Amino acid sequence: MIVEKTKRALLNLFPQSDSSLPSAPPEEEGTAKTPKKEPPRPNGLIIRDYSVHGYHLDAQVAPAQLTDAVTILDEAGFFVESITGVDWIKEGQIEVIYDFSRYDFDLCRVVIRTRVPRDKAAVPTITGIYAGANWHERETHDFFGITFEGHPHLIPLLLPEDADFHPLLKDFKA
Amino acid sequence: MSAPIRIRPDETFTLNVGPQHPATHGVLRVKMEMDGEYIVNAETVIGYIHRMHEKMGELKTYPQFLMNLSRMDYLGALGYSHGHVLLIEKAAGIEVPERAEYIRAITVELNRIASHLFWFGAFVMDLGGFSPLMYALQDREYILDMLEAVTGSRLTYSYYRFGGLYNDVDDDFIAAARRFIPRMRTSMKKYHKLVTGNIIFKKRLEGIAPLSPEIIRKYGATGAVARGSGINFDVRKNEPYSVYPEFDFDIPVFHECDSLARYKVRMAEIEQSLRIIEQGLDKLPGGPIMPEKKKPIKIAPGDYYQAVETARGSFGIRLVSDGGKTPYRLKLRSPTYSNMHLFDESCRGMLIMDALAFMGSLDLVIPEIDR
Repeated sequence: MIVEKTKRALLNLFPQSDSSLPSAPPEEEGTAKTPKKEPPRPNGLIIRDYSVHGYHLDAQVAPAQLTDAVTILDEAGFFVESITGVDWIKEGQIEVIYDFSRYDFDLCRVVIRTRVPRDKAAVPTITGIYAGANWHERETHDFFGITFEGHPHLIPLLLPEDADFHPLLKDFKA
Repeated sequence: MSAPIRIRPDETFTLNVGPQHPATHGVLRVKMEMDGEYIVNAETVIGYIHRMHEKMGELKTYPQFLMNLSRMDYLGALGYSHGHVLLIEKAAGIEVPERAEYIRAITVELNRIASHLFWFGAFVMDLGGFSPLMYALQDREYILDMLEAVTGSRLTYSYYRFGGLYNDVDDDFIAAARRFIPRMRTSMKKYHKLVTGNIIFKKRLEGIAPLSPEIIRKYGATGAVARGSGINFDVRKNEPYSVYPEFDFDIPVFHECDSLARYKVRMAEIEQSLRIIEQGLDKLPGGPIMPEKKKPIKIAPGDYYQAVETARGSFGIRLVSDGGKTPYRLKLRSPTYSNMHLFDESCRGMLIMDALAFMGSLDLVIPEIDR
Protein backbone atom coordinates (compact mmCIF):
# COMPACT_ATOMS: atom_id res chain seq x y z
CA MET A 1 0.00 0.00 0.00
CA ILE A 2 1.43 3.26 -1.12
CA VAL A 3 -0.41 5.18 1.60
CA GLU A 4 1.51 3.27 4.28
CA LYS A 5 4.83 3.61 2.48
CA THR A 6 4.42 7.33 1.90
CA LYS A 7 3.25 7.83 5.46
CA ARG A 8 6.38 6.21 6.82
CA ALA A 9 8.63 8.16 4.49
CA LEU A 10 6.98 11.45 5.42
CA LEU A 11 7.07 10.68 9.13
CA ASN A 12 10.86 10.60 8.92
CA LEU A 13 10.64 14.36 8.51
CA PHE A 14 9.23 14.67 12.01
CA PRO A 15 11.58 12.72 14.29
CA GLN A 16 9.83 13.60 17.55
CA SER A 17 6.45 12.29 16.43
CA ASP A 18 7.89 8.91 15.43
CA SER A 19 6.83 7.21 18.63
CA SER A 20 3.25 8.42 18.41
CA LEU A 21 2.79 6.92 14.96
CA PRO A 22 -0.39 4.91 15.38
CA SER A 23 -2.33 7.50 17.35
CA ALA A 24 -5.23 8.85 15.34
CA PRO A 25 -5.56 12.58 14.79
CA PRO A 26 -7.08 14.34 17.79
CA GLU A 27 -8.85 16.78 15.49
CA GLU A 28 -12.14 17.84 13.85
CA GLU A 29 -15.66 16.36 13.78
CA GLY A 30 -17.58 15.76 16.96
CA THR A 31 -15.74 18.61 18.62
CA ALA A 32 -17.40 21.14 16.33
CA LYS A 33 -19.32 22.71 19.21
CA THR A 34 -16.23 24.38 20.65
CA PRO A 35 -15.88 27.66 18.81
CA LYS A 36 -13.07 28.86 21.04
CA LYS A 37 -9.63 29.61 19.63
CA GLU A 38 -7.83 26.47 18.61
CA PRO A 39 -4.08 26.44 19.06
CA PRO A 40 -2.18 26.61 15.78
CA ARG A 41 -1.59 23.24 14.25
CA PRO A 42 1.95 21.97 14.87
CA ASN A 43 3.98 20.60 12.00
CA GLY A 44 3.35 16.94 11.48
CA LEU A 45 1.39 14.36 9.57
CA ILE A 46 -2.35 13.81 9.84
CA ILE A 47 -4.16 10.88 8.28
CA ARG A 48 -7.42 12.16 6.87
CA ASP A 49 -10.63 10.36 6.15
CA TYR A 50 -10.61 10.08 2.38
CA SER A 51 -14.39 9.75 2.08
CA VAL A 52 -14.89 13.10 3.78
CA HIS A 53 -11.91 15.17 2.69
CA GLY A 54 -10.91 13.59 -0.59
CA TYR A 55 -7.30 13.03 0.34
CA HIS A 56 -5.36 10.60 2.49
CA LEU A 57 -2.28 12.25 3.94
CA ASP A 58 -1.93 15.80 5.14
CA ALA A 59 1.56 16.88 6.10
CA GLN A 60 2.40 20.29 7.45
CA VAL A 61 6.12 20.96 7.19
CA ALA A 62 8.47 23.81 7.92
CA PRO A 63 9.47 25.78 4.80
CA ALA A 64 12.99 24.39 5.12
CA GLN A 65 11.65 20.83 4.95
CA LEU A 66 9.57 21.47 1.86
CA THR A 67 11.99 20.26 -0.78
CA ASP A 68 12.71 17.13 1.26
CA ALA A 69 9.02 16.33 1.52
CA VAL A 70 8.45 16.94 -2.18
CA THR A 71 11.49 14.82 -3.09
CA ILE A 72 9.98 11.92 -1.15
CA LEU A 73 6.82 12.19 -3.25
CA ASP A 74 8.74 12.60 -6.48
CA GLU A 75 10.71 9.44 -5.82
CA ALA A 76 7.50 7.60 -5.00
CA GLY A 77 6.08 8.49 -8.43
CA PHE A 78 3.55 11.18 -7.52
CA PHE A 79 2.61 14.00 -9.87
CA VAL A 80 1.93 17.55 -8.83
CA GLU A 81 -1.73 18.46 -9.22
CA SER A 82 -1.75 22.02 -8.07
CA ILE A 83 -0.09 24.55 -5.83
CA THR A 84 -1.98 27.31 -4.13
CA GLY A 85 -2.11 29.51 -1.09
CA VAL A 86 -4.49 30.45 1.67
CA ASP A 87 -4.33 33.79 3.46
CA TRP A 88 -4.89 33.26 7.20
CA ILE A 89 -5.05 36.94 7.93
CA LYS A 90 -6.13 36.61 11.56
CA GLU A 91 -3.09 34.53 12.36
CA GLY A 92 -0.84 36.73 10.26
CA GLN A 93 0.21 33.76 8.18
CA ILE A 94 0.03 32.55 4.62
CA GLU A 95 -0.25 28.89 3.91
CA VAL A 96 1.14 27.32 0.75
CA ILE A 97 -0.60 24.10 -0.23
CA TYR A 98 0.76 21.47 -2.60
CA ASP A 99 -1.53 18.74 -3.92
CA PHE A 100 -0.07 15.47 -5.14
CA SER A 101 -1.70 12.44 -6.66
CA ARG A 102 -0.80 9.29 -8.56
CA TYR A 103 -1.43 7.83 -11.99
CA ASP A 104 -1.74 4.22 -10.89
CA PHE A 105 -4.61 2.47 -9.18
CA ASP A 106 -2.89 2.62 -5.81
CA LEU A 107 -4.90 5.67 -4.90
CA CYS A 108 -3.19 8.12 -2.60
CA ARG A 109 -3.63 11.84 -2.41
CA VAL A 110 -1.12 13.79 -0.41
CA VAL A 111 -1.29 17.39 0.69
CA ILE A 112 1.90 19.12 1.72
CA ARG A 113 1.41 22.46 3.40
CA THR A 114 3.66 24.99 4.95
CA ARG A 115 3.02 28.27 6.72
CA VAL A 116 5.03 31.46 6.47
CA PRO A 117 4.53 34.87 8.06
CA ARG A 118 2.40 37.20 5.99
CA ASP A 119 4.87 40.09 5.95
CA LYS A 120 7.73 38.06 4.56
CA ALA A 121 6.14 35.23 2.69
CA ALA A 122 8.86 33.18 1.07
CA VAL A 123 9.24 29.46 0.47
CA PRO A 124 11.80 27.55 -1.59
CA THR A 125 10.78 26.68 -5.13
CA ILE A 126 10.16 23.08 -6.13
CA THR A 127 10.67 23.73 -9.84
CA GLY A 128 13.97 21.87 -9.54
CA ILE A 129 12.04 18.73 -8.65
CA TYR A 130 8.86 19.21 -10.66
CA ALA A 131 9.28 21.34 -13.78
CA GLY A 132 5.50 21.59 -13.87
CA ALA A 133 5.48 23.55 -10.63
CA ASN A 134 6.68 26.58 -12.56
CA TRP A 135 3.30 28.00 -13.56
CA HIS A 136 1.63 26.97 -10.34
CA GLU A 137 4.20 28.89 -8.33
CA ARG A 138 3.97 31.91 -10.60
CA GLU A 139 0.21 31.90 -10.21
CA THR A 140 0.50 31.65 -6.43
CA HIS A 141 2.95 34.53 -6.50
CA ASP A 142 0.43 36.53 -8.55
CA PHE A 143 -2.44 35.91 -6.18
CA PHE A 144 -0.69 36.04 -2.81
CA GLY A 145 2.66 37.70 -3.33
CA ILE A 146 4.51 34.69 -2.03
CA THR A 147 8.12 34.61 -3.17
CA PHE A 148 9.36 31.26 -4.39
CA GLU A 149 13.07 31.46 -3.77
CA GLY A 150 15.10 30.10 -6.63
CA HIS A 151 12.24 30.21 -9.14
CA PRO A 152 13.74 30.80 -12.59
CA HIS A 153 11.10 33.18 -13.93
CA LEU A 154 8.88 34.63 -11.23
CA ILE A 155 6.94 37.20 -13.27
CA PRO A 156 3.15 37.64 -13.45
CA LEU A 157 1.43 34.79 -15.24
CA LEU A 158 -2.29 35.35 -15.10
CA LEU A 159 -2.26 38.98 -13.97
CA PRO A 160 -1.10 41.85 -16.20
CA GLU A 161 2.66 42.10 -16.58
CA ASP A 162 2.80 45.30 -14.50
CA ALA A 163 0.54 44.03 -11.73
CA ASP A 164 1.63 45.09 -8.26
CA PHE A 165 -1.38 43.75 -6.36
CA HIS A 166 -2.28 40.34 -5.02
CA PRO A 167 -6.03 39.83 -5.32
CA LEU A 168 -6.47 36.75 -3.15
CA LEU A 169 -5.06 38.40 -0.06
CA LYS A 170 -7.95 38.92 2.31
CA ASP A 171 -7.16 42.62 2.73
CA PHE A 172 -7.12 43.26 -1.01
CA LYS A 173 -9.43 46.07 -2.09
CA ALA A 174 -10.23 46.40 -5.76
CA MET B 1 19.74 54.02 -49.41
CA SER B 2 19.43 51.52 -46.65
CA ALA B 3 22.25 49.17 -45.89
CA PRO B 4 22.03 45.72 -47.49
CA ILE B 5 20.55 43.04 -45.26
CA ARG B 6 23.09 40.55 -44.06
CA ILE B 7 21.86 37.26 -42.75
CA ARG B 8 24.02 35.67 -40.14
CA PRO B 9 23.78 31.90 -40.02
CA ASP B 10 23.48 31.84 -36.22
CA GLU B 11 20.78 34.46 -36.09
CA THR B 12 17.38 33.71 -34.62
CA PHE B 13 14.25 35.83 -34.66
CA THR B 14 11.26 36.10 -32.38
CA LEU B 15 7.88 35.07 -33.67
CA ASN B 16 4.76 36.00 -31.80
CA VAL B 17 2.01 33.46 -32.22
CA GLY B 18 -1.10 35.03 -30.79
CA PRO B 19 -2.74 36.35 -28.69
CA GLN B 20 -5.04 36.67 -31.67
CA HIS B 21 -4.12 33.80 -33.91
CA PRO B 22 -6.46 31.24 -35.47
CA ALA B 23 -4.19 28.32 -34.61
CA THR B 24 -4.29 29.00 -30.88
CA HIS B 25 -8.11 28.78 -30.68
CA GLY B 26 -8.41 31.60 -28.24
CA VAL B 27 -6.39 34.34 -26.67
CA LEU B 28 -3.20 32.41 -26.10
CA ARG B 29 0.20 33.77 -27.00
CA VAL B 30 3.41 31.86 -27.59
CA LYS B 31 6.66 33.79 -27.94
CA MET B 32 8.79 31.63 -30.16
CA GLU B 33 12.46 32.06 -30.82
CA MET B 34 12.90 30.74 -34.31
CA ASP B 35 15.80 29.50 -36.34
CA GLY B 36 14.18 29.51 -39.76
CA GLU B 37 11.28 27.12 -39.47
CA TYR B 38 12.59 25.50 -36.33
CA ILE B 39 11.69 26.49 -32.78
CA VAL B 40 14.72 27.15 -30.60
CA ASN B 41 12.77 28.22 -27.56
CA ALA B 42 9.20 29.03 -26.71
CA GLU B 43 7.48 30.83 -23.91
CA THR B 44 3.76 30.52 -23.49
CA VAL B 45 2.07 33.66 -22.24
CA ILE B 46 -1.35 33.13 -20.73
CA GLY B 47 -3.74 35.24 -18.71
CA TYR B 48 -5.40 37.27 -21.48
CA ILE B 49 -8.81 36.02 -20.49
CA HIS B 50 -8.22 35.65 -16.77
CA ARG B 51 -11.43 36.45 -14.83
CA MET B 52 -10.43 35.45 -11.31
CA HIS B 53 -13.08 32.84 -10.69
CA GLU B 54 -11.33 31.93 -7.47
CA LYS B 55 -11.93 35.36 -5.97
CA MET B 56 -15.55 35.20 -7.07
CA GLY B 57 -15.66 31.85 -5.29
CA GLU B 58 -14.72 33.57 -2.05
CA LEU B 59 -17.20 36.39 -2.47
CA LYS B 60 -20.25 34.45 -3.59
CA THR B 61 -22.20 31.98 -1.51
CA TYR B 62 -22.07 28.32 -2.49
CA PRO B 63 -25.19 28.30 -4.70
CA GLN B 64 -24.30 31.63 -6.27
CA PHE B 65 -21.04 30.19 -7.52
CA LEU B 66 -22.73 27.34 -9.41
CA MET B 67 -22.85 29.13 -12.73
CA ASN B 68 -19.22 30.16 -12.66
CA LEU B 69 -18.13 26.59 -13.20
CA SER B 70 -19.88 26.36 -16.53
CA ARG B 71 -18.03 29.43 -17.72
CA MET B 72 -14.58 27.93 -17.35
CA ASP B 73 -14.67 25.43 -20.15
CA TYR B 74 -17.22 26.43 -22.72
CA LEU B 75 -16.94 23.13 -24.61
CA GLY B 76 -17.36 20.71 -21.74
CA ALA B 77 -19.06 22.74 -19.05
CA LEU B 78 -21.00 19.95 -17.38
CA GLY B 79 -17.91 18.08 -16.27
CA TYR B 80 -16.78 21.08 -14.25
CA SER B 81 -20.17 21.65 -12.67
CA HIS B 82 -20.19 17.99 -11.75
CA GLY B 83 -16.93 18.33 -9.83
CA HIS B 84 -18.25 21.36 -7.99
CA VAL B 85 -21.52 19.82 -6.88
CA LEU B 86 -19.83 16.57 -5.89
CA LEU B 87 -17.39 18.49 -3.71
CA ILE B 88 -20.06 20.48 -1.92
CA GLU B 89 -22.26 17.42 -1.50
CA LYS B 90 -19.35 15.49 -0.03
CA ALA B 91 -18.35 18.31 2.29
CA ALA B 92 -21.86 19.19 3.42
CA GLY B 93 -23.10 15.61 3.57
CA ILE B 94 -25.91 16.03 1.05
CA GLU B 95 -27.49 12.85 -0.29
CA VAL B 96 -28.13 12.73 -4.02
CA PRO B 97 -31.02 10.67 -5.43
CA GLU B 98 -29.82 7.89 -7.69
CA ARG B 99 -31.79 9.11 -10.67
CA ALA B 100 -30.05 12.47 -10.49
CA GLU B 101 -26.61 10.83 -10.51
CA TYR B 102 -27.52 8.75 -13.55
CA ILE B 103 -28.78 11.77 -15.42
CA ARG B 104 -25.60 13.61 -14.45
CA ALA B 105 -23.46 10.82 -15.85
CA ILE B 106 -25.48 10.67 -19.07
CA THR B 107 -25.35 14.43 -19.63
CA VAL B 108 -21.65 14.67 -18.73
CA GLU B 109 -20.86 11.97 -21.27
CA LEU B 110 -22.98 13.67 -23.93
CA ASN B 111 -21.11 16.85 -23.21
CA ARG B 112 -17.79 14.99 -23.43
CA ILE B 113 -18.72 13.71 -26.88
CA ALA B 114 -19.74 17.22 -27.96
CA SER B 115 -16.44 18.56 -26.72
CA HIS B 116 -14.42 15.85 -28.46
CA LEU B 117 -16.36 16.41 -31.68
CA PHE B 118 -15.57 20.09 -31.66
CA TRP B 119 -11.94 19.35 -30.92
CA PHE B 120 -11.86 16.77 -33.71
CA GLY B 121 -13.22 19.20 -36.27
CA ALA B 122 -10.99 22.08 -35.21
CA PHE B 123 -7.94 19.85 -35.00
CA VAL B 124 -8.35 18.49 -38.50
CA MET B 125 -9.00 22.01 -39.71
CA ASP B 126 -5.68 23.09 -38.17
CA LEU B 127 -4.06 20.47 -40.34
CA GLY B 128 -5.77 21.77 -43.46
CA GLY B 129 -8.83 19.54 -43.77
CA PHE B 130 -11.94 21.66 -43.65
CA SER B 131 -14.93 19.38 -44.24
CA PRO B 132 -14.61 17.14 -41.12
CA LEU B 133 -15.42 20.21 -39.02
CA MET B 134 -18.76 20.54 -40.78
CA TYR B 135 -19.66 16.89 -40.17
CA ALA B 136 -18.50 17.08 -36.57
CA LEU B 137 -20.52 20.21 -35.88
CA GLN B 138 -23.58 18.57 -37.36
CA ASP B 139 -23.31 15.70 -34.89
CA ARG B 140 -22.50 18.08 -32.08
CA GLU B 141 -25.56 20.14 -32.92
CA TYR B 142 -27.67 17.12 -32.17
CA ILE B 143 -26.22 16.95 -28.67
CA LEU B 144 -26.60 20.68 -28.09
CA ASP B 145 -30.27 20.47 -29.02
CA MET B 146 -30.80 17.62 -26.59
CA LEU B 147 -29.01 19.38 -23.75
CA GLU B 148 -30.73 22.66 -24.49
CA ALA B 149 -34.10 20.99 -24.05
CA VAL B 150 -33.29 19.82 -20.52
CA THR B 151 -30.78 22.38 -19.25
CA GLY B 152 -32.05 25.52 -20.90
CA SER B 153 -28.73 26.53 -22.41
CA ARG B 154 -26.62 25.40 -25.30
CA LEU B 155 -23.11 25.99 -24.01
CA THR B 156 -22.78 27.29 -20.47
CA TYR B 157 -24.95 24.75 -18.76
CA SER B 158 -25.78 25.34 -15.15
CA TYR B 159 -27.83 22.23 -14.78
CA TYR B 160 -26.69 20.63 -11.55
CA ARG B 161 -27.79 21.70 -8.11
CA PHE B 162 -26.44 20.68 -4.74
CA GLY B 163 -28.29 17.46 -4.14
CA GLY B 164 -29.59 16.91 -7.64
CA LEU B 165 -30.68 18.63 -10.80
CA TYR B 166 -32.50 21.71 -11.94
CA ASN B 167 -34.81 19.81 -14.22
CA ASP B 168 -35.75 16.20 -14.86
CA VAL B 169 -35.27 14.67 -18.29
CA ASP B 170 -38.39 13.82 -20.25
CA ASP B 171 -39.22 11.01 -22.66
CA ASP B 172 -38.21 13.16 -25.61
CA PHE B 173 -34.71 13.49 -24.24
CA ILE B 174 -34.41 9.76 -23.67
CA ALA B 175 -35.75 8.99 -27.14
CA ALA B 176 -33.38 11.52 -28.69
CA ALA B 177 -30.43 10.09 -26.78
CA ARG B 178 -31.32 6.61 -27.93
CA ARG B 179 -31.52 7.78 -31.53
CA PHE B 180 -28.22 9.57 -31.16
CA ILE B 181 -26.19 6.50 -30.18
CA PRO B 182 -26.46 4.56 -33.48
CA ARG B 183 -26.19 7.79 -35.41
CA MET B 184 -22.92 8.66 -33.69
CA ARG B 185 -21.55 5.15 -34.17
CA THR B 186 -22.18 5.45 -37.91
CA SER B 187 -20.51 8.84 -37.90
CA MET B 188 -17.46 7.43 -36.15
CA LYS B 189 -17.00 4.96 -39.00
CA LYS B 190 -17.23 7.87 -41.41
CA TYR B 191 -14.67 9.89 -39.48
CA HIS B 192 -12.22 7.03 -39.36
CA LYS B 193 -12.61 6.49 -43.09
CA LEU B 194 -12.36 10.17 -43.85
CA VAL B 195 -9.60 11.22 -41.47
CA THR B 196 -7.86 8.53 -39.42
CA GLY B 197 -6.55 6.58 -42.40
CA ASN B 198 -5.67 9.66 -44.43
CA ILE B 199 -2.01 9.57 -45.36
CA ILE B 200 -1.47 13.33 -45.11
CA PHE B 201 -3.10 13.37 -41.71
CA LYS B 202 -0.93 10.53 -40.49
CA LYS B 203 2.28 12.05 -41.82
CA ARG B 204 1.54 15.23 -39.94
CA LEU B 205 1.07 13.45 -36.61
CA GLU B 206 2.89 10.15 -36.49
CA GLY B 207 6.03 10.33 -34.40
CA ILE B 208 5.52 14.06 -33.89
CA ALA B 209 5.86 15.59 -30.45
CA PRO B 210 6.55 12.48 -28.42
CA LEU B 211 5.79 13.05 -24.74
CA SER B 212 7.53 10.61 -22.44
CA PRO B 213 5.61 9.35 -19.41
CA GLU B 214 8.23 11.07 -17.29
CA ILE B 215 7.57 14.53 -18.72
CA ILE B 216 3.83 13.88 -18.32
CA ARG B 217 4.36 13.17 -14.64
CA LYS B 218 6.67 16.10 -14.01
CA TYR B 219 4.07 18.48 -15.41
CA GLY B 220 1.06 16.68 -13.98
CA ALA B 221 -0.60 16.33 -17.37
CA THR B 222 -3.81 14.31 -17.40
CA GLY B 223 -6.61 13.33 -19.71
CA ALA B 224 -6.01 12.23 -23.27
CA VAL B 225 -2.53 13.76 -23.16
CA ALA B 226 -1.46 11.31 -20.45
CA ARG B 227 -3.37 8.40 -21.96
CA GLY B 228 -1.69 8.97 -25.30
CA SER B 229 1.61 8.43 -23.53
CA GLY B 230 0.72 5.04 -22.15
CA ILE B 231 -0.50 6.22 -18.76
CA ASN B 232 -3.66 4.42 -17.78
CA PHE B 233 -5.16 7.25 -15.81
CA ASP B 234 -8.77 8.32 -15.83
CA VAL B 235 -10.34 9.69 -12.67
CA ARG B 236 -13.57 7.85 -13.49
CA LYS B 237 -11.69 4.58 -12.96
CA ASN B 238 -8.79 5.52 -10.69
CA GLU B 239 -10.85 7.42 -8.21
CA PRO B 240 -14.42 6.37 -8.96
CA TYR B 241 -17.14 8.91 -8.23
CA SER B 242 -20.82 9.34 -8.96
CA VAL B 243 -22.32 6.20 -10.55
CA TYR B 244 -19.37 5.41 -12.82
CA PRO B 245 -18.58 2.14 -10.99
CA GLU B 246 -21.97 0.91 -12.25
CA PHE B 247 -20.93 1.17 -15.88
CA ASP B 248 -18.90 -1.19 -17.98
CA PHE B 249 -16.50 0.87 -20.07
CA ASP B 250 -12.84 0.89 -21.02
CA ILE B 251 -10.18 3.54 -20.79
CA PRO B 252 -8.43 3.82 -24.15
CA VAL B 253 -4.67 4.00 -23.71
CA PHE B 254 -2.14 4.33 -26.50
CA HIS B 255 1.56 3.91 -26.06
CA GLU B 256 3.00 5.73 -29.07
CA CYS B 257 3.24 9.03 -27.12
CA ASP B 258 2.87 11.09 -30.32
CA SER B 259 0.22 13.50 -31.54
CA LEU B 260 -1.57 10.69 -33.37
CA ALA B 261 -1.90 8.72 -30.14
CA ARG B 262 -3.64 11.65 -28.46
CA TYR B 263 -6.00 11.82 -31.42
CA LYS B 264 -6.73 8.11 -31.20
CA VAL B 265 -7.44 8.33 -27.47
CA ARG B 266 -10.15 10.95 -27.92
CA MET B 267 -11.73 9.18 -30.85
CA ALA B 268 -11.87 5.94 -28.87
CA GLU B 269 -13.27 7.84 -25.90
CA ILE B 270 -16.28 8.95 -27.91
CA GLU B 271 -17.16 5.31 -28.39
CA GLN B 272 -16.72 4.56 -24.70
CA SER B 273 -18.91 7.52 -23.76
CA LEU B 274 -21.60 6.14 -26.06
CA ARG B 275 -21.41 2.87 -24.14
CA ILE B 276 -21.86 4.73 -20.85
CA ILE B 277 -24.84 6.66 -22.19
CA GLU B 278 -26.41 3.49 -23.51
CA GLN B 279 -26.05 1.71 -20.15
CA GLY B 280 -27.18 4.81 -18.29
CA LEU B 281 -30.38 4.99 -20.31
CA ASP B 282 -31.02 1.28 -19.74
CA LYS B 283 -30.46 1.51 -16.01
CA LEU B 284 -32.00 4.91 -15.41
CA PRO B 285 -34.01 4.52 -12.20
CA GLY B 286 -37.16 6.43 -11.40
CA GLY B 287 -37.65 8.62 -8.38
CA PRO B 288 -36.94 12.18 -7.40
CA ILE B 289 -34.15 14.32 -8.81
CA MET B 290 -33.72 16.47 -5.74
CA PRO B 291 -33.68 15.53 -2.05
CA GLU B 292 -37.01 15.80 -0.28
CA LYS B 293 -35.97 18.49 2.13
CA LYS B 294 -33.57 21.23 1.25
CA LYS B 295 -31.07 22.01 3.93
CA PRO B 296 -28.96 25.13 4.09
CA ILE B 297 -25.40 24.34 3.14
CA LYS B 298 -23.22 24.08 6.18
CA ILE B 299 -19.65 22.95 5.80
CA ALA B 300 -17.46 22.13 8.78
CA PRO B 301 -14.11 23.95 8.84
CA GLY B 302 -11.46 22.02 6.98
CA ASP B 303 -10.09 21.16 3.57
CA TYR B 304 -11.97 19.23 0.93
CA TYR B 305 -10.82 18.02 -2.45
CA GLN B 306 -12.69 16.51 -5.36
CA ALA B 307 -11.34 15.44 -8.72
CA VAL B 308 -13.39 14.54 -11.78
CA GLU B 309 -12.51 13.50 -15.30
CA THR B 310 -13.61 16.22 -17.67
CA ALA B 311 -13.22 16.15 -21.44
CA ARG B 312 -9.77 17.66 -21.01
CA GLY B 313 -8.43 15.73 -18.06
CA SER B 314 -8.49 15.70 -14.32
CA PHE B 315 -10.24 18.76 -12.94
CA GLY B 316 -9.64 19.29 -9.26
CA ILE B 317 -11.46 21.59 -6.92
CA ARG B 318 -10.17 22.35 -3.45
CA LEU B 319 -12.30 23.99 -0.83
CA VAL B 320 -11.01 25.49 2.37
CA SER B 321 -13.96 26.17 4.63
CA ASP B 322 -14.09 28.19 7.81
CA GLY B 323 -17.68 27.21 8.45
CA GLY B 324 -19.09 30.35 6.85
CA LYS B 325 -21.63 30.97 4.10
CA THR B 326 -18.93 31.41 1.47
CA PRO B 327 -15.79 29.36 0.94
CA TYR B 328 -12.74 30.69 2.70
CA ARG B 329 -10.74 29.65 -0.32
CA LEU B 330 -11.72 27.85 -3.47
CA LYS B 331 -9.00 26.58 -5.77
CA LEU B 332 -9.78 25.38 -9.27
CA ARG B 333 -7.22 23.03 -10.74
CA SER B 334 -7.56 23.22 -14.48
CA PRO B 335 -6.39 20.21 -16.49
CA THR B 336 -5.39 22.15 -19.62
CA TYR B 337 -3.22 24.42 -17.49
CA SER B 338 -0.91 21.51 -16.75
CA ASN B 339 -1.29 20.01 -20.22
CA MET B 340 -0.33 23.27 -21.90
CA HIS B 341 2.55 23.91 -19.53
CA LEU B 342 4.64 21.13 -21.02
CA PHE B 343 4.41 22.71 -24.47
CA ASP B 344 7.34 25.09 -23.91
CA GLU B 345 9.74 22.34 -23.07
CA SER B 346 8.47 19.81 -25.60
CA CYS B 347 8.33 21.99 -28.70
CA ARG B 348 12.03 22.84 -28.77
CA GLY B 349 13.63 21.76 -32.01
CA MET B 350 10.28 21.21 -33.65
CA LEU B 351 9.14 22.64 -36.96
CA ILE B 352 6.57 25.34 -36.35
CA MET B 353 3.89 23.51 -38.32
CA ASP B 354 4.47 20.39 -36.23
CA ALA B 355 4.31 22.46 -33.07
CA LEU B 356 0.94 23.88 -34.07
CA ALA B 357 -0.34 20.38 -34.77
CA PHE B 358 1.04 19.37 -31.36
CA MET B 359 -0.76 22.30 -29.75
CA GLY B 360 -3.97 21.16 -31.38
CA SER B 361 -3.48 17.66 -30.04
CA LEU B 362 -3.44 19.05 -26.49
CA ASP B 363 -7.09 20.14 -26.85
CA LEU B 364 -6.83 23.63 -25.43
CA VAL B 365 -9.68 25.73 -24.14
CA ILE B 366 -8.11 29.01 -23.14
CA PRO B 367 -10.74 30.36 -20.70
CA GLU B 368 -10.29 27.12 -18.84
CA ILE B 369 -6.51 27.67 -18.53
CA ASP B 370 -6.87 31.29 -17.46
CA ARG B 371 -9.90 30.85 -15.21
